[in-house]
Amino acid sequence: MDLAQAIVQPGVDWHALSPDIVLAAAACVVLIADLFLPEESKWLAMPLSAAGILGTLAAVVSLAGEHRTTLGGAVEVDTFALLFKGLFCVIGLIVLAMSFGYFSSGRYYQGEYYFLMLCSLLGGVVISSARDLVTLFIALELISIPAIIMTALRKADVKSNEAALKFFLFSVLSTAVMLYGMSLVYGITGSTKLNEIRGAIATSADEPLVVLSVIFVVIGFAFKISAVPFHFWAPDTYEGAPSPVAAFLSTASKIGGFVGLLVLMFRAFPEVADTWRPAFAVLATLTMTVANLIALRQQHIIRLLAYSGIAQSGYVLVTLALIDPSRPEANAQALESAIVYLAIYGIMDLGAFAAAVAFARKTGTYFISDYSGLWSRSPVLATLMAGFLLSLAGTPPMAGAWAKLFVFAAAINSEVYWLAAVMGVNAVIAAWYYLAVVKRMFLDAPEAEDPIEVPYLLRATMGVAALALLAVFIYPAFITSLADKSLL
Amino acid sequence: MNWVDDWALSLGTFLPAVGAAVLMFMPSGSEKLVKAVGTLFAFLALVAGVVVLARFDFSNAGALQLQVNESWIPQINARYHIGIDGISLPLFVLSLLVSFLCTIYMWWHIPEPGKPKAFFAFVLLLETGMTGCFVALDLILFFIFWELVLVPMYFMIGIWGGPRRAYAAVKFFLYTLFGSLFMLLGFLALYFTSDPRTFDMIELTRQGFSGSSDLFQNLVFLGLFLGFAIKVPMWPFHTWLPDAHTEAPTVGSVLLAAIMLKMGTYGFIRISLPILPDAAVTFAPMIGILAVIAIIYGALCCLAQTDLKRMIAFSSVGHMGFVMLGIATLTDIGINGAIFGMVAHGLITGMLFFLAGSMHERFHTRDIPALGGILQQMPKFGSLLVYSAIASLGLPGLAGFWGEMLALLGAYNPHPELNETLFRVLMVGGGIGTVLTAGYFMWMLQRVILGKVPDKFASGHGIFDVVRLEWYAWAPLLVLIIAAGLYPKLVLGVTDGAVQTLLGALGS
Repeated sequence: MDLAQAIVQPGVDWHALSPDIVLAAAACVVLIADLFLPEESKWLAMPLSAAGILGTLAAVVSLAGEHRTTLGGAVEVDTFALLFKGLFCVIGLIVLAMSFGYFSSGRYYQGEYYFLMLCSLLGGVVISSARDLVTLFIALELISIPAIIMTALRKADVKSNEAALKFFLFSVLSTAVMLYGMSLVYGITGSTKLNEIRGAIATSADEPLVVLSVIFVVIGFAFKISAVPFHFWAPDTYEGAPSPVAAFLSTASKIGGFVGLLVLMFRAFPEVADTWRPAFAVLATLTMTVANLIALRQQHIIRLLAYSGIAQSGYVLVTLALIDPSRPEANAQALESAIVYLAIYGIMDLGAFAAAVAFARKTGTYFISDYSGLWSRSPVLATLMAGFLLSLAGTPPMAGAWAKLFVFAAAINSEVYWLAAVMGVNAVIAAWYYLAVVKRMFLDAPEAEDPIEVPYLLRATMGVAALALLAVFIYPAFITSLADKSLL
Repeated sequence: MNWVDDWALSLGTFLPAVGAAVLMFMPSGSEKLVKAVGTLFAFLALVAGVVVLARFDFSNAGALQLQVNESWIPQINARYHIGIDGISLPLFVLSLLVSFLCTIYMWWHIPEPGKPKAFFAFVLLLETGMTGCFVALDLILFFIFWELVLVPMYFMIGIWGGPRRAYAAVKFFLYTLFGSLFMLLGFLALYFTSDPRTFDMIELTRQGFSGSSDLFQNLVFLGLFLGFAIKVPMWPFHTWLPDAHTEAPTVGSVLLAAIMLKMGTYGFIRISLPILPDAAVTFAPMIGILAVIAIIYGALCCLAQTDLKRMIAFSSVGHMGFVMLGIATLTDIGINGAIFGMVAHGLITGMLFFLAGSMHERFHTRDIPALGGILQQMPKFGSLLVYSAIASLGLPGLAGFWGEMLALLGAYNPHPELNETLFRVLMVGGGIGTVLTAGYFMWMLQRVILGKVPDKFASGHGIFDVVRLEWYAWAPLLVLIIAAGLYPKLVLGVTDGAVQTLLGALGS
């Protein structure tokens, strides 16, 4: 075949790509603006970034309800993609609000930071609609690489350097493993398009090489989403990184990994689901149990949130252990519950990080023992923090209850009762350490009396996030109706 | 009056939660204003409860009334379906009444560390969770209300409780959470087995699960049992209760005893029995045996207690044992007795916890051996304690009598598919329990009320008889205790129709 004929110039649907383009442009504008802004007005990079994200959000909304495929099938904009693009934008806005005070106090590289964050966020926005191995891979790296630099932004701090180096090494290793798996997939199927891969695997399903390649890809992703036993980097990295960056890693980066994993498992590899499903069941069980048990012993709020985040990944992994193409209805429910979980998790986890950041800004400490009596020092902050933690624990009146309930229901629908039971026991263990922090804040006497003022921007952001969680708790159809329409 | 019928139940349920939200955004500066707003919302909810009473068709108490059935989470077909019948009406009104009385009591006293705004908000949130449980007709809705009570009660015990409050609060929280997960497992199993899939209790009852395997029915029943039994609490799942009760602030103990425990027994009657009648027959002997163990064990523990509050807590274990025995007989008489027992226990034990709390405020101790001669120092207070204690031990003419009597009567002649001999033995066991109950209450009265005033309190400093706010908070309970005792039809007339409907599902 003639090369010129083989490479077909695909038609480009600019509207479908508009969220990605707007965000990319915004990142460039921020980078260039930073060059020309005088030192004292560098903070303008933050409102500029926020405007860029809002523009992206507007582009996402303009596509609502559409289903478009472009770039020869490498990009598919549907409800699933739009939902996650929207979620990444919301995460971006919250992280911006958290970062503003942190970076504008003059110690760090504001302009660069906002540029890097937008780039990383762009990775998330791209991966939501990527339906092709190469696009997926590039998007995933686009999330990780700026994040590594963001982790190292506290240049003078040894811990920050250590965190970035660990993150870098693990990231490179996982990328190599994943890429190796992907190249095997391409070698077997002859295509990078997920739909075509699925078709090709269906005809050669018994090939051990297929299973091997899938396992490599899954291991690569397991690093990204910090599933046990590939989680070692996460707590150290979160602790060393600037805390808004840790929040970003724990939500945007992790959700990005999950989006890629969901797309691959539902789109490309379902035909061999019987072989990899048990692997996810083991991974989920390990991740939930180990992370929850280690979290019980944590003294440092960021490390606690890191382990809690790992455990939360475990609940989402449960849904991947339920995929069974021969039962479309159960399959759809597994996907729906994963989407609901990730969306709610993103908001509540960021909320908890934001509260920790707000606390540390005033007191300079991240130790849980210093939270004693926070309620009498700052009722607003303590109430918000308790709300987010109880949501993570999965108790009413916060949306986290639905996240757990939907995954639980999906597991029972697929008749994987033992996994539902493991999840239930883990939810009780997790309630213990979330409650321990709540107990410190509300039940213990304060060691210091001085009130803690929360910056206005941070307070407003946390308030909106908490109200959103409350609203979703009262009327979960806000999110479930969207998740219901999100098919893969 | 159509919109009244549509909204009365929802208003009664959610007005307190709205009140809690309003309180949250109020400045905490003016304590009076905070208290007024909190009480106002509890009062408005009670008014909605009275409207429900007025609009309820008592001639048709067996049917669900004032139903609202709206789409809520269409993706899993969970609906906002609420309604009320003769079984839930007494409990619904009781919840609203006791919560309102608690807010009145809180004008008089809020324990350390104060903070009335948060205290009122938690009480109101708790009220929404409890009342919601009694009107929910959708399993998911029920589950959400069920879980909603955990957080406010945790904070109430944890912040305003006694010396071991942190331990008691966490134990309460985790224990109940653990049980409710198994309950949820059962709900979901029902959902995925039903066809078409539904969480609606009425629809599930109609579909019936007699077609499913015995194993399935029994497993689901066990799951629900674990959730409900921990809440009741049934022996041997009761260990959280004495700690929670003892450490909780007065109002928390009252709400816990008077209403929250009933959520468990109500769950058995509303969900387990009608939806899984075959499994109910299978497990009834086991439940009966556990119930009688609870009666005797509770009474023996009471004899050993020196803390007044802890004693009342253990007496709750015994009284709820009678309720469970009544349910286990699966008869008209037994279940009517159980519901009566729930209401009576709510009134009487609520009252006893109020008294124990007020006593602590005066003497700063609840240690039974350290007290004495209360009748001399505070004649009115002492009389109230005597009145409530003899009501609790089941003296005829007061509310406590009917629940126990009917439960025992039901056990004499249980459901035809149950073993008559076993239940008659259980009846005798329960009878022994009533004697022991009388014994520990009389012994407590003898030590606390009679005798001479200990030297420590002889000065009378800080000791005063019942104050006006206490009268306001207690009078309705005192009146209802004797009213229900003299005229049991007050409750039985409402419940009987609904119990007949329920037994129709059990096929007897």
